[in-house]
Amino acid sequence: MEWLLSLTPDFILEFALEFWGWLPMWLQVLAENMLYIVMIMVPLMLCVAYVTYAERKIIGYMQVRLGPNRVGPKGWLQPIADAVKLMFKEVIIPTNSNKFLFLFAPILTLGPALAAWAVIPFFDGVQLSNLNAGLLYILALTSMGVYGVIIAGWSSNSKYAILGALRSAAQVVAYEIAMGFALVGVLMAAGSLNLGDIIARQAGGFTSWFWLPLFPLLAVYFISGVAETNRAPFDVAEGESEIVAGFHVDYSGMAFAVFFLAEYANIILIAALTSLMFFGGWMSPFGSMADHALLGDGTHWFILKTMFFIYMFLWFRATFPRYRYDQIMRLGWKVFIPVTIVWIFVEAVMVVMQWGPWAVETVAAVGGA
Amino acid sequence: MTFFEVVFYAFSTLMVVAALGVVSARNPVHSVLFLVLTFFAGSAIWLLLEAEFLAITLVLVYVGAVMVLFLFVVMMLDINITRMREGLMRYAPFGIAIAILLIVQMIMVVGPENFGLQAFAAPELHGADYSNTKELGRVLYTDYVYAFELASVILLVAIVAAITLTMRRRPNTRHQIPGEQMKVMKQDRLRIVNMKSETIDSEDK
Repeated sequence: MEWLLSLTPDFILEFALEFWGWLPMWLQVLAENMLYIVMIMVPLMLCVAYVTYAERKIIGYMQVRLGPNRVGPKGWLQPIADAVKLMFKEVIIPTNSNKFLFLFAPILTLGPALAAWAVIPFFDGVQLSNLNAGLLYILALTSMGVYGVIIAGWSSNSKYAILGALRSAAQVVAYEIAMGFALVGVLMAAGSLNLGDIIARQAGGFTSWFWLPLFPLLAVYFISGVAETNRAPFDVAEGESEIVAGFHVDYSGMAFAVFFLAEYANIILIAALTSLMFFGGWMSPFGSMADHALLGDGTHWFILKTMFFIYMFLWFRATFPRYRYDQIMRLGWKVFIPVTIVWIFVEAVMVVMQWGPWAVETVAAVGGA
Repeated sequence: MTFFEVVFYAFSTLMVVAALGVVSARNPVHSVLFLVLTFFAGSAIWLLLEAEFLAITLVLVYVGAVMVLFLFVVMMLDINITRMREGLMRYAPFGIAIAILLIVQMIMVVGPENFGLQAFAAPELHGADYSNTKELGRVLYTDYVYAFELASVILLVAIVAAITLTMRRRPNTRHQIPGEQMKVMKQDRLRIVNMKSETIDSEDK
């Protein structure tokens, strides 16, 4: 930024500063926050586009194929070509469908997936909003994604779509409970709902991150995350071999593209949250080298961890066959929820008895302040 | 009017309009969605009161869980809307009378003389480090701990009652036992027979 400022003539800079001073306070705040939102959203949308490319390429290599390699060098422009194609396709609205809800549903799926990024800390203090109840905010927003699916299924006025919507709704409600309980475990260990504090509580390198003491909760959280995003092996909501494409069977063009954007935005969100809650976010795995430029703490660690979990999503898809629907329900209600409850109980005993890595400070944090 | 007041009146208006939508929408699914909007507006007003725990929990519990199940059920209902509306005019005077009665009652109970600024001072603004979650937790687990525990026990009773009401022994239904499914080995199901290959000539004989 410095060199850019030195290039611009002084009178423009002065004018810009003066103009900024004229603006009313609320407009200044609004403009500043809008700038931050754009700074988060633009890279995120680019990531979403290139996760689709990564998925096709990685699964291609896993299946001994090449994947997309025609558009641009090595296929790098494939997502752009896909986006342009989808933008110019016609959006067909089914007869007797509810037009407003039909077009509103994709937005309703994408909105929460993007809004959740407001509280994600990229580095110490680098976040859009340092919310005290950040974890709760994330839980509330991720629980809202299901509306888009239900409304899409209902407003399409089609049997396949409504079957997909029902399957998806039941599945998301089931796994949300396990997911919420897993996060209760995290907040008990951290003693705070603030995401910055949760990361700060994991300071000290690879072995002091929460994945170790909360390992069962990590497994439950990540698998529930895969189920929440309706990804393979839990993708019965789409189930192309059974109900064509499920809830978005009647969507075309950009409306369909928004559903896809939402799915990938959700994958990135779950991956980012897993790395925040259980793998220390932007903390370096080498605790003793915290000041080193590359090996020390930094946003690059957060991006690296998130990328690893996105890769896990793709890996799952290439590896596992689809679950049967009753098995999905059984796993959610009868396996995951009891596991989380037992582990929360174990954790509570450890906190009260002051055993384990977190005990002393957590009790102090709850009792004091 | 300050920015704060603009936000308050915007969400209050939205809440009232959405609440009217709940009772006036023709389609029950639309009613449910209007109710979701009402909860959102209510949550925004709570946020203005710095009650972020309550606000987010309202969205989490009511919008994220309760209304999803509502929508789920309402979507499956086969409701004949024209037949539902048949008796509307006949019952209208009765309904209006009850509505007026309720409004009068509510004004008497939560009206300005009981809940006005004279009775309750406007809540003061806290600093940025104020945590509504912590405050709420402290009050809930100290001053009101018995009431809180009692409420949770009542909820538990309701859950158990709902499950017992729906759980009937149905001896004829078939269901799977996943444990036994997992225990199945190859030897139980598959028999490998050692035999000579059959050819077409051998069948002819």
